[in-house]
Amino acid sequence: MKLTHLQRLEAESIHIMREVIAESDNPVMLYSVGKDSAVMLHLARKAFYPSVPPFPLLHVDTTWKFRAMYEMRERMAREMGMQLLVYQNPEAAKLGINPFDHGSQIHTDMWKTQGLKQALDLHGFDAAFGGARRDEEKSRAKERIFSFRSAQHRWDPKLQRPELWRLYNGRKHKGESMRVFPLSNWTELDIWQYIHLEQIPIVPLYFAAERPVVDRDGTLIMVDDERMRLKPGEVPMMKKVRFRTLGCYPLSGAIESSADTLVAIIQEMLLARTSERQGRMIDHDTAASMEKKKQEGYF
Amino acid sequence: MAHVSDLIATDIEAYLHQHERKGLLRFITCGSVDDGKSTVIGRLLYESKMLFEDQVAAIEADSKKFGTQGGEIDFALLVDGLAAEREQGITIDVAYRFFSTDRRKFIVADTPGHEQYTRNMITGASTADAAVILIDARKGVLTQTRRHSYLVSLIGIRNVALAINKMDLVDFSEATFRAIEADYRAFAARIGLENITAIPLSGLRGDNMVERSARTPWYKGPTLMEFLETTEVDEDRLQGEPFRLPVQWVNRPNLDFRGYCGVVTAGVVRPGDRVRVLPSGRESTVTRLVTPTGDLPEAVAGQSVTMTLADEVDISRGDVIATADAPPEVADQFECTVVWMADEPLLPGRPYLLKIGARTVSATVTDAKHKVNINTMEHLATKALALNEIGVCNIAIDRPIAFDPYRANKDTGGFILIDRMTNNTVGAGMIHFALRRSHNIHLQHLDIDKRARAQLKGQHPVVLWFTGLSGAGKSTIANLVEKRLHALGRHSYLLDGDNVRHGLNKDLGFTEADRVENIRRVAEVAKLMVDAGLIVLTAFISPFRSERALARSLLGENEFVEIHVDTPLDVAESRDVKGLYKKARRGELRNFTGIDSPYEPPEQPDLRVNTVETTPEQAAELVIEKLRGLGLLDP
Repeated sequence: MKLTHLQRLEAESIHIMREVIAESDNPVMLYSVGKDSAVMLHLARKAFYPSVPPFPLLHVDTTWKFRAMYEMRERMAREMGMQLLVYQNPEAAKLGINPFDHGSQIHTDMWKTQGLKQALDLHGFDAAFGGARRDEEKSRAKERIFSFRSAQHRWDPKLQRPELWRLYNGRKHKGESMRVFPLSNWTELDIWQYIHLEQIPIVPLYFAAERPVVDRDGTLIMVDDERMRLKPGEVPMMKKVRFRTLGCYPLSGAIESSADTLVAIIQEMLLARTSERQGRMIDHDTAASMEKKKQEGYF
Repeated sequence: MAHVSDLIATDIEAYLHQHERKGLLRFITCGSVDDGKSTVIGRLLYESKMLFEDQVAAIEADSKKFGTQGGEIDFALLVDGLAAEREQGITIDVAYRFFSTDRRKFIVADTPGHEQYTRNMITGASTADAAVILIDARKGVLTQTRRHSYLVSLIGIRNVALAINKMDLVDFSEATFRAIEADYRAFAARIGLENITAIPLSGLRGDNMVERSARTPWYKGPTLMEFLETTEVDEDRLQGEPFRLPVQWVNRPNLDFRGYCGVVTAGVVRPGDRVRVLPSGRESTVTRLVTPTGDLPEAVAGQSVTMTLADEVDISRGDVIATADAPPEVADQFECTVVWMADEPLLPGRPYLLKIGARTVSATVTDAKHKVNINTMEHLATKALALNEIGVCNIAIDRPIAFDPYRANKDTGGFILIDRMTNNTVGAGMIHFALRRSHNIHLQHLDIDKRARAQLKGQHPVVLWFTGLSGAGKSTIANLVEKRLHALGRHSYLLDGDNVRHGLNKDLGFTEADRVENIRRVAEVAKLMVDAGLIVLTAFISPFRSERALARSLLGENEFVEIHVDTPLDVAESRDVKGLYKKARRGELRNFTGIDSPYEPPEQPDLRVNTVETTPEQAAELVIEKLRGLGLLDP
């Protein structure tokens, strides 16, 4: 029996997760509710069955996610029987940080980057799983699977360890931690094929449906709740749209589509002409922006 | 990302059925930018239609701006995107890229740059099924080609494509191609590379990349893409080897279930198979291969599984479950090849952690046999290994482990070395074979043990490890402490430079490597003396934390008391009882601790005595008090 590429990717991810559990004291899985998180959670179930995955889920919340994402989050934690920790940066809450007044950069830094660091410190987690993939962005192509962080959460290129064979070095001093990326070698297409093959539940926002949107400089933004600030004269219109990536709703661009089944989504993606991250506004800064964010402690 | 298949539009279900079941090949590309490596990788990505239109548009724009191809698409720009980061001083060691065709998904490990080349290439190659070695057709086989090929052979890659590139610049000459191929094959045979496919290529023009080129009618072999789509995946081959499962984690959700988790690194396993657990040697039978969607009828090399056994066998992380018919060997001393990856050199005698499979043990290199000049394959005598050096060494570990020779199985024969202090991965190794002495020396079980001997003497055996600069007063204080112990009726022995350097260690000098070995021997002797029931005092500078940690690790709980005789350098130097500091300052004495060799003070000694504020007599009293405090002088 020859293994398929998905079977080999699955085996690698499971191996990585088990190594982390064996070599860390207090691991956690960062759960962002998107499709990559869905795959990661599914793999965790396989890795530890019949045990419940021996770590909690952590959602670093910005309070600005789509309502459908919050519903999905609660449902998945319940079905998996795992503890769900939700963290909202109290300082960002106090200052009322939001994408409209403060822009995507400050919004992301305060809620996500700072929030993540605070949450990890609060619980003393020494290893955190993230769903990042090497194919997402050029600077991620060289990222390690076990990414080493100092006690200040900084990513220091000089501290990164060579990874040979299947041998990961998870040793660290007190206070230091690991970010671990079990999906490193998956591509976007692999993720979709695996979701299809394994029938993994995903947020309905990935499927096309009639949704209220406004057109902002060519980007379709969904009006998900009453906090959405409409410009003078702007009226939400119903359009059949779906999302290729999910984040904070005011920062996520929708695409017009009629793909309302998994197979149709994959078909549309295969015929598509633009890459996935285009709809994600956070990357639209400078080329090395991801690198900089990483050094600052963004996942 | 327009995959060419018409099925996408006409029958997406059929397309998915095909594409969700294709294989995966991991490969590495070797060569420099001058050989057109980036252009070849860039074209593979482009030809496999894995690029989105926004990416292609960006490349087209970049090609006009920065390209070297007169406005045509410069494929190299697709993979040279990390240049900006290089300027920012961010190290790039191995970059992984992805593409797929109708037949396979590919992961390419690309190791840019010349710096750190050995370390990076070995890392990228360790997971590769195949290697593409690039040669510039105008230049033929170069030193660099030989170096890359040696590393490929060392890491055990079996299938090599020799991509003789830039054929357009030699008019697609068959004679040139054949000459380079023959030259290379003669060399490759010497280093044990057998399966070589030579391909005449033009990455720039696309000849023999995907389509057979009309400009090389004399070439009948596969195109580069055909080679990649058909060459053997290593895990498929490993299914034919004896079954191995290094246990990563024991799954115990309740008292009724005990599952052993890990990757099948070789062979095939089915319920009913007889297995042996190593190193214990206990046997049992496989009962289930458990998954959330039902039990599996079999599992093969490369799969992560959860297995249950018929008998209650004591199995923990790091053990290996193997077929009972052909189990791996068990040993604690090996000959192996080590690739060194850290700035600090590898020193024989220094303890490192060794991780193999899911097991981490303490290891020391007992003997560096030779290092290899990777350009000429010459063997050179050596005592240590520096960054990016490769050598053959003997390694001893602190307990027996199950292993296979690396050439038979990379997972049960390959290991990493970890620095005990920094926790960094500092080396990679490949086991050749177990040393015969490892098979033949068994620990003799003795009826009279440490406890019995200590009881007869009525004391607690312990090592009092004095460390500090030369002239700090270690020997003076240790001597006073021993007198006190003697007066108290305790059996003791003082080990110091005088009685060790003149005998046991007279073959050792003062280089870093020799200092490490010196302390290792002292630690082992101290351990034997503790075993004999004695209170041992050691008075050595012992400048490195690693060796002191080794000494501690050799002894039991409450058998090791580290005493830092803390004297500032200027004070020790002003005392200069033996005149050594003066000599060192004049440059007559090399590697002198504190002058041109470092002293790493203990971070948490059991006792620190400051010899500026206390007299030697007071210091000795403090040591005795400490021993009393620890209950070590109780009757």
